[in-house]
Amino acid sequence: MGTLSEKILGAQAGSFSDKRIDKAFCHDGTGIQAKVIYDEMGAPGIANPDACYVIYDHIAPANTSQTADLQRELREFAVKSGMHFSDVGGGICHQHMAEGRVLPGEVVIGADSHSCTLGAFGAFATGVGASDMAGIWVSGETWLRVPESIAIYLSGALGKGVEFKDLALSYVAELGMDGATYQTLEFLGESVPSVPMEGRLTLSNMAVEAGAKAGLWYADEITREYLSKYGQSCQAQTPDDTAVYAEEIWIDLHELEPLLAVPHRVDTVKPVSELAGTQLDQVFIGTCTNGRFEDLARAAAILDGKKVAVRTVVVPASQADYLKAVTSGVMATLVAAGCIVGPPGCGPCLGAHMGVLGDGEVGLSTANRNFRNRMGIGASYYLSSPSTAAASAVTGEIADPREVV
Amino acid sequence: MTLLAGSGPAVCIGADIDTDLVIAGRYLRTKDRSVWAEHAFEDLDPTLAPRLKGCVLVTGKNMGCGSSREQAVMALREAGVLAVIAPSFARIFFRNCINVGLPVLECEGLLCSDGEMVTYDCTTGMVSSGGRSFDCRPLSPKMQEILVAGGLVEYWKGRLSQ
Repeated sequence: MGTLSEKILGAQAGSFSDKRIDKAFCHDGTGIQAKVIYDEMGAPGIANPDACYVIYDHIAPANTSQTADLQRELREFAVKSGMHFSDVGGGICHQHMAEGRVLPGEVVIGADSHSCTLGAFGAFATGVGASDMAGIWVSGETWLRVPESIAIYLSGALGKGVEFKDLALSYVAELGMDGATYQTLEFLGESVPSVPMEGRLTLSNMAVEAGAKAGLWYADEITREYLSKYGQSCQAQTPDDTAVYAEEIWIDLHELEPLLAVPHRVDTVKPVSELAGTQLDQVFIGTCTNGRFEDLARAAAILDGKKVAVRTVVVPASQADYLKAVTSGVMATLVAAGCIVGPPGCGPCLGAHMGVLGDGEVGLSTANRNFRNRMGIGASYYLSSPSTAAASAVTGEIADPREVV
Repeated sequence: MTLLAGSGPAVCIGADIDTDLVIAGRYLRTKDRSVWAEHAFEDLDPTLAPRLKGCVLVTGKNMGCGSSREQAVMALREAGVLAVIAPSFARIFFRNCINVGLPVLECEGLLCSDGEMVTYDCTTGMVSSGGRSFDCRPLSPKMQEILVAGGLVEYWKGRLSQ
């Protein structure tokens, strides 16, 4: 019956239902707000602490005494209440949950807009604010409207130097910043079996940049194999011929080229080749979009034996990604090339620390948002794939990765 | 309790206003809501914050896109915004409005200018300005229940005390 959203939520698009939440998570930013609100609600305790996760990533480690005080308060609360807790350095909440903690068919709610990342596993995963998280702590449930769905059919294979990030920028440009508001994106088509989990996570992550509520992939052999590494088993999900889609989009991966979102909107996308030569002040490789081991490895392959010509900040998405990069030699390559490495977490993405830009400066980032003033007041940010970021770091200006891979 | 109907002068802003612009990331690490009210829209237009008290905020499409930060809607409520009206909202911002008890109306076609009186009623789903009325998308019973209670805190306080 119907779309994957309808199957998981058990009701038709447009209807409302109160759903029991399988996994609920928040970070240091939204978590402290949720705690304040939870305290005001006066509940006797957390309804289902084993389903709840508090994960420090936004300002990790703390940058000021004020941040540290708030983090101490939430840390003590999380541990005392029996929720799962991941402290500073563990990594970004979405990546932490992606490391074997989310299974197909689950309803997953995160107090962060990029919680849609976890749709890569065939879980209905979406973001909420702090009050909704507090409500889930109190009751174990929340209300959801079952969304309509947009099908994105993928065909062909990516060319050399082109990444799934370029595909993500391409669909955001096609839909526009609000083209999928209130709706789910479903990734379908003949190329799906060849999209690895890291690519699915990148593609689901950007769904909210088109306004989408979720970005879903049907669990398949790739999902099963990935989750088995974490000791988890799962069943495949199959698309339904009778599913009704509000809109259908076809993308031929072979036709894609390296792309950039230009300041200050994610949906204003141009080919890298058109902007090659644009001077940069900083390159940032990391985030829940592109800070995974595979992203760092692609950047390292381009930076191997070279020196960066512009300050280049690298922030692994999680401690596991960091460790893999260290033991595989990827991190040594990045450091030898002159990159600055930050602790696992969000890094400068939200403009709080670790590489915020100054007035008039121009940055290139592998993140998902380039809103005005977000990563530095008066600064401009381009968004790209890790390969484009690494190629650009070598020259200090926007550069096409196809010329160096 | 939140008053689901009211009227006030319009403060009009554009489309695709992200929550970073409503309240910048550098002001998030505090529990003091007055900080958010004071710095609301600072990076969009620093003259906006003092004009928000008692206003009806009228925006373009896709209001509140981007980050899930609830401080954005708390800032508006704390600053004294009576209601937010837009042709469409980013869904997390919309939920957050309901959850802090800030009346929110999804209304296509509302025409008004800065300072013009706007009347709204969440229960009937109507907005009017300059002698013209406009239909809004209705709120679900659950959303109305939360909004009437004054937000999710009051809603759960009520449920837990029963």
